[in-house]
Amino acid sequence: MHSFGFDLAHLLAGGLVLVSFMLLYQSRLYALLNVFALHAIILALSVAWQAYVQSAPHLFVTAAIALVFKALVIPVALHRMVRRLGIHRQIETVVGIGPAMLAGIGLVALSMVVMLRVTPGADALAREDLAFALSVLLLGLLLMVTRRNAVSQVVGFMSMENGLVLAATGARGMPLVVEISVAFSILIAFIVIGIFLFRIRERFDSVDVSALDQFRGERR
Amino acid sequence: MSAFAIDPLAGVLLIPIATAGLLALISDYRLSARLNVAASLATLLAALLLFVERPAVGPYLFVDDLNIVFVVLSTFVGFTTSLFSASYIAHELDTGKLTPAYLRFYHAIYQVMMFGMNLALVSNNLGVMWVAIELATLSTVVMVGIYRTHEALEAAWKYFILGSVGIGLALFGTILVYMAARPVIGEGLDAIIWTTVIQRVANFDPALLNVAFVFLLLGYGTKVGLAPLHAWLPDAHAEGPTPISAVLSGLLLNVALYAVLRFKMLIAASPGTIPPGPLLVTMGLTSLIFAGFMLYRRRDIKRLFAYSSIEHMGIIAFAFGMGGPLANFAGLLHMTMHSLTKSAIFFSVGHITQVKGTQKIADIRGLTASHPLLGWGLVVGVIAIAGLPPLGIFMSEFLVVTSTIAHQPLLAIPLVLGLLVAFGALILKLGGLAFGEPQGSLAPVQASYVPMFAHLALVLTAGVYLPLPLVTWFQHVASLLG
Repeated sequence: MHSFGFDLAHLLAGGLVLVSFMLLYQSRLYALLNVFALHAIILALSVAWQAYVQSAPHLFVTAAIALVFKALVIPVALHRMVRRLGIHRQIETVVGIGPAMLAGIGLVALSMVVMLRVTPGADALAREDLAFALSVLLLGLLLMVTRRNAVSQVVGFMSMENGLVLAATGARGMPLVVEISVAFSILIAFIVIGIFLFRIRERFDSVDVSALDQFRGERR
Repeated sequence: MSAFAIDPLAGVLLIPIATAGLLALISDYRLSARLNVAASLATLLAALLLFVERPAVGPYLFVDDLNIVFVVLSTFVGFTTSLFSASYIAHELDTGKLTPAYLRFYHAIYQVMMFGMNLALVSNNLGVMWVAIELATLSTVVMVGIYRTHEALEAAWKYFILGSVGIGLALFGTILVYMAARPVIGEGLDAIIWTTVIQRVANFDPALLNVAFVFLLLGYGTKVGLAPLHAWLPDAHAEGPTPISAVLSGLLLNVALYAVLRFKMLIAASPGTIPPGPLLVTMGLTSLIFAGFMLYRRRDIKRLFAYSSIEHMGIIAFAFGMGGPLANFAGLLHMTMHSLTKSAIFFSVGHITQVKGTQKIADIRGLTASHPLLGWGLVVGVIAIAGLPPLGIFMSEFLVVTSTIAHQPLLAIPLVLGLLVAFGALILKLGGLAFGEPQGSLAPVQASYVPMFAHLALVLTAGVYLPLPLVTWFQHVASLLG
């Protein structure tokens, strides 16, 4: 019999995968950012629950970072950026919603097969967490691949990072240095991206990455 | 005594990061360029001291026979590139292609990048190594985008996105290694310390290690620029300032390769795992042949040599994938020779594109007539990189081929084919660049020839005569790599 602790962790990690799917079919930037905030909140809950179950108080720091930074600061900042750039129109997706969802289901199945097969020795909580984390990671990758807009690629990247945080916290006793580094790298990544968005806007009045493709060096 | 033992290692890390802080405060360009050179030289000297006084293995940092080679190579190329960078950037400022405002933090970021690379090389902690490679990548992203043109921004964006995906996959792989180590070593810091992990890896769960290695190979392999994951590399090389192209090719690719090698050693030491060799061999061969054919269609001189870097990283990955003392020796030698030669080529290409005002191969002709020193430097560099005797790369490629024929004769066919294809392309392009009627600007060039010819002289010396201590050292390291 599974304990309550296991069930709740399972529910939260599964919820994260579900929200990753929701990210895939959001066709408007505002909606995408809102769903991403939800994604980060669920991550924060999941990490906090892991901190409680594993009695590892330092993980609460990671949860707090997820909640404050990823669920509040970044979505708000991106909201403002989207408004200032005037790009709250439809997102062009490279492939349609249907194929994207099907591909997503395939990726989740793949990660379940891979991770559950190779971790029979680990405790059930850790292995299912890892399987879910890999699903979230791959869905984040899929989101990045199917979108052309710079803001949605950033969201895809951050949802991928959420999967990594889930994996790092699921692995019991993973040294703090890694968690801090994950949070820290997200911070740096965001600063860099912010600089990029500003520069891109300066130059093109657009953050559509496909607009950049025309300027490929060799097609001059 | 113990304080002294720590010194060189601390120097390799603290000099770059302290200088970075200092450089961030200095706005005068000439002063910061000089400081950059001085700090790079100091770091190189500290790295050389590591041979004399080796610090004890710690939970975060360690120096062993493998990474010392990488550290010395890195700091050496870092130093010569800082010399080149000083004259290159001065010219960009004079012509107004870059303004002092854009360059404000150029040297500070250069030192941050050196710090990241050195930290990645000497870290004993798999988590710290990951952070350091991430740091080095992010700093180069900023550098690639420094011109703020359409092309530079696209290149930096692409590099950033692909690099982040790669680094994400690598982190997942690192977590899996920890998961595999935990049941054996126990929870906590010990389970991601490389020296502890490698001792006890035999008892790890092989299935988990297999999956971990696939993620690590894909993740760090993106940084190495191996074939299906190379898309960022040509753009980043072509659109950034040329000193950065030189350090990207000469250093950052090596650092990522070093990470792959560390994990390959882990996998190889664990019975029951898939042999890592065939994966590396496949990726290496794909890179070699793909890049070889792509070389023919390049019209941009920096892209040409970027593809040549993909080709050579393919050869190196192939050599390490083959394994065995001879192939590993060849791989190490090839890596060293490639770093030196490719950065020398970028030094000369940097000055050439500045004087001609273009990167298009079609617009650059007759360099040996118009700019003899630069032109002949490029000729020697390209002959070296194409693998003609008597230069160093010929010898390492020869060793790779002979060891392949000895172990896997069939694999030698695609290998030699790839080498010949790339050779043909490079010689073909060189003919147009170096000879014929000079085209474009004939103005004399304010160049620093010392770094370029120093590198080429080293490559030539290595091709003619490798000193015995170096050979025994490389042989020893090759045997470590398994």
